[in-house]
Amino acid sequence: MKNIGVSVPKVDTAALATGAPVYVDDYPKLPGTLYVKVLRSPYAHARISAIDTTRAKAVPGVAAVLTYKDAPDIRYSSCGGSYPESSPYDRKILEQTVRYVGDEVALVAAETEKAAERASRLIKVEYELLPAVFEPEESEESGIVIHDESDIFVPAQPAGYAPEKNQISCFKVNVGDVEAELAKAEVVHTAMYETQAQAHAMMETLRSYTYLAPDGRLTVIATTQAPYHLRRQVAYSLGLPIGKVRVIKMRVGGGFGGKKVAVTEPLAGLVTLKTGRPACLILDRQENFSATTTRHAMRMQVTLGADRDGTLKAIRIDNYSNTGAYGEEGPAVTMVAANNILPSYNRANAISYCGRTIYTNIVPGGALRGYGATQGGFALECAISELAAKLGMDSYEFRLKNMARLGDVGGVLHSEIKSCALERCMEMGRRMIGWDSKSRCKVVDQDHVRALGVALTTHRTSIPNADKATVTIRLERDGSYLLLTGAADLGTGSDTVLAQIAAEALDTSAERVCVRSGDTDYGTYDTGAFASSTTYVAGNAILKAAEKLKAMMVQSGAAKLKCSEEEAVFDGTKVFVEKSPEQFVSLEQLGSISEGGAADQLIASATYSSMLAPLTFMSGFAEIELDIRTGKIKLLRFVSVADCGKVINPALARVQAEGGIMMGIGMALFEEVHRSETGRLETDSFMQYKIPCREDVPPDCIQVEFVESEEPSGPYGAKSIGEASVHTVAPAIADAVYQAAGIHLRTLPFTPERVLRALRERKHEN
Amino acid sequence: MQFKININGRSTICEAQPEDSLLEVLRRIGIYSVRSGCETGNCGVCTVWLNGTPVLSCSVPVARAEGQCVTTVEGVSEEAAALVEALSEEGADQCGYCAPGLIMAVLAMKRELSMPDEEGIAHYLNGNLCRCSGYRAQMRAIRKFLCAEK
Repeated sequence: MKNIGVSVPKVDTAALATGAPVYVDDYPKLPGTLYVKVLRSPYAHARISAIDTTRAKAVPGVAAVLTYKDAPDIRYSSCGGSYPESSPYDRKILEQTVRYVGDEVALVAAETEKAAERASRLIKVEYELLPAVFEPEESEESGIVIHDESDIFVPAQPAGYAPEKNQISCFKVNVGDVEAELAKAEVVHTAMYETQAQAHAMMETLRSYTYLAPDGRLTVIATTQAPYHLRRQVAYSLGLPIGKVRVIKMRVGGGFGGKKVAVTEPLAGLVTLKTGRPACLILDRQENFSATTTRHAMRMQVTLGADRDGTLKAIRIDNYSNTGAYGEEGPAVTMVAANNILPSYNRANAISYCGRTIYTNIVPGGALRGYGATQGGFALECAISELAAKLGMDSYEFRLKNMARLGDVGGVLHSEIKSCALERCMEMGRRMIGWDSKSRCKVVDQDHVRALGVALTTHRTSIPNADKATVTIRLERDGSYLLLTGAADLGTGSDTVLAQIAAEALDTSAERVCVRSGDTDYGTYDTGAFASSTTYVAGNAILKAAEKLKAMMVQSGAAKLKCSEEEAVFDGTKVFVEKSPEQFVSLEQLGSISEGGAADQLIASATYSSMLAPLTFMSGFAEIELDIRTGKIKLLRFVSVADCGKVINPALARVQAEGGIMMGIGMALFEEVHRSETGRLETDSFMQYKIPCREDVPPDCIQVEFVESEEPSGPYGAKSIGEASVHTVAPAIADAVYQAAGIHLRTLPFTPERVLRALRERKHEN
Repeated sequence: MQFKININGRSTICEAQPEDSLLEVLRRIGIYSVRSGCETGNCGVCTVWLNGTPVLSCSVPVARAEGQCVTTVEGVSEEAAALVEALSEEGADQCGYCAPGLIMAVLAMKRELSMPDEEGIAHYLNGNLCRCSGYRAQMRAIRKFLCAEK
């Protein structure tokens, strides 16, 4: 294979240092463009009793001030889910009730940003304050109903919609008899684990530019991971037929799930429809933190049962997921917290999971790299380490004894495990970090202890029975190819990886394949870039389309050569008669035939629907130094070994893994979320919300390796890498901290304050 | 008001309000490599040179650039070519949004420090945030670039 396993440079690198207009805000502004500012609610829960826009409208340059009175009476979901959707349609573009600090109250559109800003401050709003609630357990019991509307559409699956207790769904998994297994188990561990509402903190904030094309269609210039879902959401929210909306994806300045959700597009679209003018809405950094989406904060009670020989018998997880003011992605995230993680220990006799998705009056949760699996993985892996400690077993050995293996089937698995190198991932990681169960902990001096910790994870590649991709490949006149796909490269390099797959399938080189992606007018539907799916789903569609196209090229060549199709062979550069290779038709000739005469054009489309969703496996090993005096955890090394099937592009896969691990490090150690008593997000800038910087970990701290397995259903054996990489970081660090100091950290992030508190509590206990 | 600024070697008259940031003004005249990341001087995305020294253009009022020399990545494309290639080889550019700011900072570092070690590089570039790459690939590329240049 000449194109697979090769670090082909990204196809979009050329524009990197030229300042070429590639992002949304670089798109040339049409004459008459309006700049939009959003007036947001200062209250966590309130009803607008009066709103006066007179003074705002009088500001020079203001073209429109829109309130709930001007917005369509349509309830929609900003979440882009595949059919069948799992998110409730619970929001309007603007509504009389506001449900969190930051919720949209009014839109101001003006000739300049400054005029819009000034006018937005002159809108007079009177609020009738409603009681608010911020924690899911409280929310259930509070009697405060956050969504009491009669027109909410709630999908039937997952079930459990109960608005009176603010519950959107209650997702259950039940395999075996958990209670009986726990009763029989010789050792039981139970504890509560808590994860924070991590921010995406992508460098390019959410934004959109909308205008009416000459044919009257609403065009959305977007920074999106899911152009087709976005098109549907924008059309639905504005009451337009889907065909009247076109989404064009620009280069995406980081997404991580945050750009899977239609946050700004319906707002800008409304301004364009109301004024007939182009509208540009760019969120500032504070809005990006406090008025978009976050990772769902979860609280999970995990109970595990095992026998003294270290056999894991039962897993029970009760999860409360805080979906905030709106339910976008909420029910699915709660499902994934189970479905993507529990397969790791599918060998247990009994597994039960109950995940509730609860409304509160905070910033809505959404999709964030890992999509619940990071949270579920944190809780389960921490509990596994603690159970091992209780059994007096090495946490590595305990995992080795109980983890998933090749050929496993049934239980919570969606499909049989047909590729699995987890054991080798564990073994290689163990060697790299220098794991020795007898000396996992080393006292450096009076105040500093070094220790090692481990975790593992699984993550499904794509969503089974939901993710789908169509691609079209056409032969150009010069013998090169054009690949049209609906897939959305968000910086990950999927355009490049897909070009490599197409090139391999067509026996050519990646630079002979021009990839065009992300425009909903191209005709090739794709679920979008989420759920670790693009390489697998779109890649498989490419293999199918390439086979079709090759058959067409052979047919066309055979007709020209006046031989039968069986006698003709395609070798990547020509179609020739197998028995007399001097008789051939070149690709260029085929390209010409394709465009002239009576022959059909050489163009082929194919769809791949993901049914199996194979598991990616990953191990993670942390080496930390704990300062007992200050409570500071210094991460010295993080080693991670991935089985993502065949690695299509090693450089890009490595960066995906390293980036995911760094995001995991942020979540584990730095990214603390604070809210005021009134529910205002206080960590709403890079000054208050710390994401990892270059100096936060030592050079070469993160070390990633790959152990390849061959996934039979994957394109050239590939699975996925994007999300699994985040999951092991925090639990591996927690395992190391236990080794270092005998304390169990169960709440993220592991700030020095939390560590010191745990150390103090341990002292009291002793 | 009009401001006369030498931008990438060319004397340019910019129409702006004195309180406008250099970032806003540069974008307005079509220099798209300069991008906004945080508006609070924390992320390094909008890094340009003012008289050869890296500054955060979101935090520089345009009036401060009056009569001065401003350089953006468009003005150093030759000097940056090898670095861009190294970033590309490592797959380090990912979403690419932070790349121009990073490139300006790396080139300034190369002029200021003679062969910094890994810690030195991390320290100099600590203010250039990247959420995609986890920094490792960028650091590999930067090291490769500095070694090749030497």
